[in-house]
Parts: sequence; C-alpha cells; structure tokens
Amino acid sequence: MSIETSPKQSWWNRLAHPGQFVIWTRPFILPLAILTAVLLALGVWFAFFNSPADYQMGDTVRIMYVHVPTAWLSQFVYATMAVSALGTLVWRHPMADVSMKAAAPLGAAFTAMALFTGALWGRPTWGTFWEWDGRMTSTLVMLFIYLGIVALWRAFDDQLRAARVVAIFTLVGAVNIPIIKFSVDWWSTLHQPSSVFRADGPTMPGSILTPLFIMFFAFTFLFATLQLLAMHTEVKRRRVMTLERRAARGEAA
Amino acid sequence: MSGFLAVLRRELRLALRGGGEVLTLLLFFVIVGAIVPFAVGPDKALLARIAPGIVWIAAFLSMLLGLDRLFRPDGEDGTLSLYRLADLPLVAVVAAKVIAHWLTAALPLIVASPFLALLLAMDGETLLRTIVSLLLGTPALAAFGGIGAAVTVATRRGGLIAPILIAPLCVPVLIFGVGAISPLGGPDQASAAMLFLAALSLMALALSPFAAALAIDWGED
Repeated sequence: MSIETSPKQSWWNRLAHPGQFVIWTRPFILPLAILTAVLLALGVWFAFFNSPADYQMGDTVRIMYVHVPTAWLSQFVYATMAVSALGTLVWRHPMADVSMKAAAPLGAAFTAMALFTGALWGRPTWGTFWEWDGRMTSTLVMLFIYLGIVALWRAFDDQLRAARVVAIFTLVGAVNIPIIKFSVDWWSTLHQPSSVFRADGPTMPGSILTPLFIMFFAFTFLFATLQLLAMHTEVKRRRVMTLERRAARGEAA
Repeated sequence: MSGFLAVLRRELRLALRGGGEVLTLLLFFVIVGAIVPFAVGPDKALLARIAPGIVWIAAFLSMLLGLDRLFRPDGEDGTLSLYRLADLPLVAVVAAKVIAHWLTAALPLIVASPFLALLLAMDGETLLRTIVSLLLGTPALAAFGGIGAAVTVATRRGGLIAPILIAPLCVPVLIFGVGAISPLGGPDQASAAMLFLAALSLMALALSPFAAALAIDWGED
C-alpha cells in the first residue's frame, strides 16, 4: 500500500490553478458568445418589430428592453463580486480574486448604461433627464461604489494583497447597499414600483414580456461571456507581470 | 481593558499635542460653513432653510479630511505592525482609535456648530436638533471612516481614495441626519429619522472595528 502524495484532482482544485482554469473554461467562451449574439439579435428583432408601442409612452417604451436588463445586471454583478469576495476570504480561492477584479469594471459599465438609458427614457416620459428619485439615486450611489472599488484595485501594487483588502470592502459594501436603498427610498420616491416580479403575476402583457425576457437573458449571457474573457485576460496579465519581474531579476544578476 | 485605555490615551495625547491638527480641522469646518453664503448670496431666509444641510456637509468634509491621520502615521513608523503582535486584539486597538478619532475630529465640530448656526441665521430650536443629530450621526461617520482608512493604509496613494470609497457609504447618515433636523414629512418623521440615525451609528460602531482590523491584518504582510 502506498501513500498517495499527489494532490487530489477534484474539479475545485483544478479550477484553483490559473492555467488549468483557462484551459478548462476556454471551450465555453465561443458557445457563450454565439448564444449571446443569437439572443441579442432575437431580442432586438422582437423589441423593434414584434412588440407594440405603449399607448402612453409610444415608441420610447422600447428603451426598456435595454434599461431593465442593465439595471438588473448592475445588482447581479455586485452579487457576483460579493460571492467571489467570500471565496477569497473563506477559501482563499485564487480564481475568486480574478473573478472579483474582472467583475468590477463590468459592473460599473452596466450601471452606467442603466443610468444613461434611464436618462434617455426619462426625458420624453417624465420630462427630465434626471430626477432625485429613490431608485435612480441608489443606482447612482451604486456606480460610485463600483468606481471606488476599481480605484482601490488600482491603488495596490501587489494584486494578491489587494484582493483580500478589496474583498473586505466589497462585503462591507454588500451589507451597506440594502441600507442605502432603504434610506434613499425613505428620502424620495417617484419611480414606479416593481411590475414584473409580483405576487399577483406581472402587470405587463405578454407581447412586451417576451422581448424583455429574451433581452434579460441576452444581457446576462453577455456578462458571463465578458466576465470569462476578462478573467482570462487577468490571468495572462499576471503571468506577463511575473515573467517581466523574472526577466528584470535575471538582468540584474 | 487597560490596553484599550492606553491606546485611547495615546491617541488623544498625540492629537492634542501634535501641532494643533484639531484646531485646523475646526477651522476648516467653520470656513466651509462660512463660505457658502458667498456662493449662494446673503439671503437670510434661504440660508436658514439650507443651514442644516450646510452644517452636515461641513462636518462630513472635515471628518473625511482628518481620515488620513487615523492609521497612516502608525502604518509608516511601524506602530501598526507592533499592534498586530500585541496581546490586545487588533479589533480593540481599532475601536480605541475610532473612538479617539470621533473625540478629536467630531466632538470639537459639534461644540463649534452654534457659531456656524449664528452665521447661517439658524433659529434656536433647529440648532438644538442639529446638535442632537450631529451627536447621534457622527459616530457612524467615524466608524465608516475607520473602514476607509484601514482599507487604504497599505497603499501608497490611499489618502485620496479613502474619501471616495467612504462617501457613498455615508449617504444614509447624511439623509437621516438632515432628515432629523428639517423633516420632509412632518415632525413625526423627524423622530423616526433620529431613531434610524442612532441605529445606524450603533451598528456601524459595533461592526466596523472588525472589518477594519481584518483589512489592516490582511493588507499588511
């Protein structure tokens, strides 16, 4: 009987190795990209040609098919970051660091898109680009938190040390976001209440819901594709940095 | 407990004897408040209406300004590394530092706020409510500031990033702080805002030393 000395090759361990992670997940990127493209094309076709104009808002209702998915992603990406932060703090999983770092700029971009499309939609329907209403304000605060996290990442030279500190701040932010949402709602409310996920069923007709759901999945898969690509880029960037450092050390010696 | 008190005493002594930083912050607070009338005009009615907001913004900015001296000097001269090795848990050290930060960066502002109230044509009852809301709300600002300072202490350019990180987290404090003074929905909303403010401060003060201590411990190695 021999003692097994080689490390256990569970999928979890294998994913923890950056090189193995890239090899394992590379086959997913192309199918994900194709799926995203197909869903986006389908969703755009539905949104423009196969859904009715609103009886009040007219054609501007079509902005919703971009606005709602990006607004959803602005929160979903933060949840991804918070779960990755737990992965960093609890299991010290190396890829959780990478996932956390890759998600921050993506979240900022989706939040900015939600705000931008919201402003474009608000101008014709509410008569103003910006209103200090509860949901808009908390989305703006969310954008500031994302940008602060990106700035914090960039302030560190050592990315491994940065990961643990950013993870702590991400979790502090995750605890605070519900409080911010509540306080801002208390402060001012004009935005319409939820109309898709409600106990008594959606208040929208199916002709609008179909393109909305297609776009919803299209944007979520878009995020998944970009996230994987950004993680691969980050792994490569770290490898380049290590090689550069090694080369510099070799020259000095 | 004696270690906790010793850290607290050391912080207070450093702040009070070290070149009058407390007075500088106080001056900054009064100047920010006094500069607003130049920007919006000396209309007394308007000033009285926005005075609570001005006082809160001035207090918020002064506390952000004082944030960098919370951990950075100790991080640079190695005291922080000694604290990590001490018998006293790092959480207690951080809590003592946050309390000292509040005593030296927030309490003087609250004492000086009547002066600002006079300049901004605030009436007596509003002044009283302002002082109470500052007393209840600034501990939360100090606690969030502690997290911001701890997260950035290991970076070289942290001084600029801490306020950017902390400002979004402080939005609820500002909302309830000002809401407790000039209620949007009647007087019953004011007492609700006051209670929320107190709850926020208690929660932030209780939890933030743990997050800050963890950030210091893992940021330095």
